[in-house]
Amino acid sequence: MHIVDGALATPVVIAEAVLAVGGLAMGLSRLPMERIPAAGVLSAAFFVAGLIHVPIGPSSVHLVLNGLAGLVLGWAAFPALFVGLVLQAAFFGFGGLTVLGVNLLNIAGPAVLVWLVFGAMVRRGSPMAGAVWGGIAGAASIAGTALAVAAALALSGDAFLPAAKLVLLAHVPVMAVEGLLTGAAVYFARVVKPDLFAVPGRVAS
Amino acid sequence: MTHVLTGAETEAGARHLPGLSDRDPRLRIVLAVAFAITVVSLSDLRVLVVALACAGCLVPLSGLPVGLTLRRMLAMDGFVIAMLLLLPFSVPGTPLFSVWGLTASREGLVHAVEIGLTANAAVLALLTLVGGMEPVTVGHALHALKVPERLVHLMMFTIRYVDVLRDETQRLRVAMKVRGFRPGTNWHTYRSYGYLVGMLLVRSVERSERILAAMKCRGFSGRLVLLEQPRMRAGDWVFAALAASVMLALLAANVWLVHDPA
Repeated sequence: MHIVDGALATPVVIAEAVLAVGGLAMGLSRLPMERIPAAGVLSAAFFVAGLIHVPIGPSSVHLVLNGLAGLVLGWAAFPALFVGLVLQAAFFGFGGLTVLGVNLLNIAGPAVLVWLVFGAMVRRGSPMAGAVWGGIAGAASIAGTALAVAAALALSGDAFLPAAKLVLLAHVPVMAVEGLLTGAAVYFARVVKPDLFAVPGRVAS
Repeated sequence: MTHVLTGAETEAGARHLPGLSDRDPRLRIVLAVAFAITVVSLSDLRVLVVALACAGCLVPLSGLPVGLTLRRMLAMDGFVIAMLLLLPFSVPGTPLFSVWGLTASREGLVHAVEIGLTANAAVLALLTLVGGMEPVTVGHALHALKVPERLVHLMMFTIRYVDVLRDETQRLRVAMKVRGFRPGTNWHTYRSYGYLVGMLLVRSVERSERILAAMKCRGFSGRLVLLEQPRMRAGDWVFAALAASVMLALLAANVWLVHDPA
């Protein structure tokens, strides 16, 4: 999911960085000091969850869980995932510096979108119903990320079109895994601690 | 403190060679960004090789383990590697060689090598200039560089709790293992990992509630005091001037070689 420095056309990089800064500003404005500890600890939790490798056939994938991050954090997913991306780039060498905005938009954009679309459904009804919507949200956010990566590549030139198609294809199994896993996580959280999905930013627990 | 981020080998204060560790943290961040922007605007392969070599010179100065740092520099997502391998075949141009009826072009190969060099040079400079610092110092430096306060605080919390939650996850996984859990491609595995993540989130939120209560109990008023006040010293100005002239030289060489390839 991490695009590297120098791969994309400059206009794409700048446009996505501007949008990402907008998302960051939106997320920070919804994050009073009171919520910073919760958001920070959750940001660390998603960072750690991203280190888990899940088997898929003969191979394995590492978790992204941006859908779940969106459902729990709302707009705060932008700053929380940004911190994760900065730490990954600086300390693990994943991704790059000039493409931070691109990578943030690709991951946090779909997270916020699925929260806006599915958030209410995940909160309401029985834990099972919430889990099904949560699963759909988890799969949809990975689909959104794959589409965003493919679009960034396709907009950078025709030479990247085969790579863009490959990205879409390679993420179909990841979508399934993330969907199932997010569904299970939502079911668990709905049973154990339902207010995890309380409207983020409005409730200062 | 932050094992996960810095790796077990680099204990705080374990190695104290004169080098990057003496430089102003703010300067290191600014230079990493400037270097990344510089290499992204380079296009001549020879200049890019020099840029990568310049970043390589920082490795011994940073005090980071050389092997691990180079491995981290080379590690890329599978799809980026696939993209680089596809490029020679998707860019039209002078045919170079063909595999399974597909013709690779010279232009495509050059483009792929260019991206590979750019990405590695930028990441290597970032790893050595910023990744070589204590994560907490990075937070303080970003604050001094006028990054929004709440974003810096969020980062400090993340840095503080990454290790705690990593241990928490390991405990949960050991508990799963002693109960006979073996991961595979099946619903049971995905459900179990889902519950693991769910448990991690529930415990995180409850932990954050205790943290906030403890902070309020100690008079937390919505502001964290960051005590470190970095200062630019003579050595920092020399290093900054040196780095700036290297970057300007790279840009000038690039312009010159692109316009006048002879």
